[in-house]
Amino acid sequence: MEVQPTKLRIEPLLWLLFSAGGVVAAFFIPIHLFILGIAAPLGWTKATDYTSATAFLAFPIVRLYLFVLCSLPLFHAAHRIRYTLYDGLQIKHLNEVIAVCCYGGAVVGTVIAGYLLWNIV
Amino acid sequence: MKSAAATPPYTLNHPRWYRKRVSTYWWLQRWEYLRFVLREISSVFVAWFVVLTLLQIYAASRGSMAYSEFQDFLKNPFVLALNIVSFFFVVFHSITWFNLSARAMAIRVGGKRVPGFLISGPNFAAWLVISAVIAWLLLRG
Amino acid sequence: MADTIKLEVSRYSPETDAAPHFQSFEVPFRRDWVVLDALNYIKDKQDGSLTYRWSCRMGICGSCGMLVNGEPKLTCATFLADYAPAPIRVEPLRNFPVVRDLVIAMNDFMRKLQRMKPWLIRKEEKPVSEGEYLQTPDELDTYKQFSMCINCMLCYAACPVYGLDPLFSGPAAIALAQRYNLDSRDQGAKDRFPVLSQHDAIWGCTFVGECTRVCPKHVDPAGAIQQYKLTAALDWVKSVVMPWGGK
Repeated sequence: MEVQPTKLRIEPLLWLLFSAGGVVAAFFIPIHLFILGIAAPLGWTKATDYTSATAFLAFPIVRLYLFVLCSLPLFHAAHRIRYTLYDGLQIKHLNEVIAVCCYGGAVVGTVIAGYLLWNIV
Repeated sequence: MKSAAATPPYTLNHPRWYRKRVSTYWWLQRWEYLRFVLREISSVFVAWFVVLTLLQIYAASRGSMAYSEFQDFLKNPFVLALNIVSFFFVVFHSITWFNLSARAMAIRVGGKRVPGFLISGPNFAAWLVISAVIAWLLLRG
Repeated sequence: MADTIKLEVSRYSPETDAAPHFQSFEVPFRRDWVVLDALNYIKDKQDGSLTYRWSCRMGICGSCGMLVNGEPKLTCATFLADYAPAPIRVEPLRNFPVVRDLVIAMNDFMRKLQRMKPWLIRKEEKPVSEGEYLQTPDELDTYKQFSMCINCMLCYAACPVYGLDPLFSGPAAIALAQRYNLDSRDQGAKDRFPVLSQHDAIWGCTFVGECTRVCPKHVDPAGAIQQYKLTAALDWVKSVVMPWGGK
């Protein structure tokens, strides 16, 4: 009979979250980052002005979309950063601490995103 | 490896193997490893985008004064430079992601394996279409 | 065109050396020579103590894997002409203990391979009188690529995770487990699952992809591992969504 420690039941879930986050990030983030972080500050578009932003945020579907856009990529990043710290810097003795900080950070970010998007008027 | 009871004490010859310690900078020793680490680091910039978006939503929730402070923040040259670098990393993530996911799937049609570029090709096309649609939705408003 | 080429060969004698060092040899440069020919020439004519593994000299036995200019290669398939005129550096495979000169200890790989149960597992063996297990060409095609592995361990030399984590099972072992999982004659996927779905097996892999790049037989172990990750993850989803489901 095989004994499956808790960590093993989590790994498939974490990998699925990482994959889903990677897909969302790959398809959607580049254009959003370009518009928000480069085009708008350089004055090429008014798409992220206060009036446009609040107009978009009024739609529940937009808020749901933004929630997914913020939450899943955070789990993707958490998973990759955790493994990079584990492999890249070889700080294996801090294994559990790193895992908790990474996924904990993603959870915190998700909660913040949910709170902000739920309460925005 | 057990010696028979009758023979005199015998020490098995085990030569001293040499184990090279893996350097902390192993990822700098080959170009392929560096490219891999850069690919993984792109996730930091993905997370930065999420932080930026959350800051935007927070600023919008606090009114137009707070929001214009956020817009000034985006115009700061260091932030702008960071966002330009982030953009390149995020695009790097997308390109490497579509190539990787094509190799991670074994899709068979009619008993034959679908070649990788037939999986990544449509993904790249969809990426361009989705980006165009989002750009259109955002820019026309 | 020079008629000799320099080889810098890693030497290590456990009786006398604390660490490997390089020794240079000049060997004749022939267009059709491979690095293995050069090593054989050195051993024949210049230094008989040079120690290395080789056998078939045609890329099927998997014995002659070494690092050529830092890149894991089969020395029987690596032409001197591709590196001339610069000196060629020959070292033992990365990430393995060096026993002597260019010979590494592969006990770890053998142990990990065995853990994967790389053989056909049947609930009940068919008696010989009932004939062979039949398999269509399409069924063969699903696992054939992974069956091409010659256990040369170049992928282990390329894999940074294997170098960093001594417990990691490694590309070839997991690819071979997947070769049997996908074999239509095999019924042992459930037996292999507890060994595979571990942090020191599939979940330790970060899809660097170097293993696939260096594989001389185009086995694509990285692809095998990612495909199995998906299988394991979907299995997990099924077990959560339908906990009563059994097979």
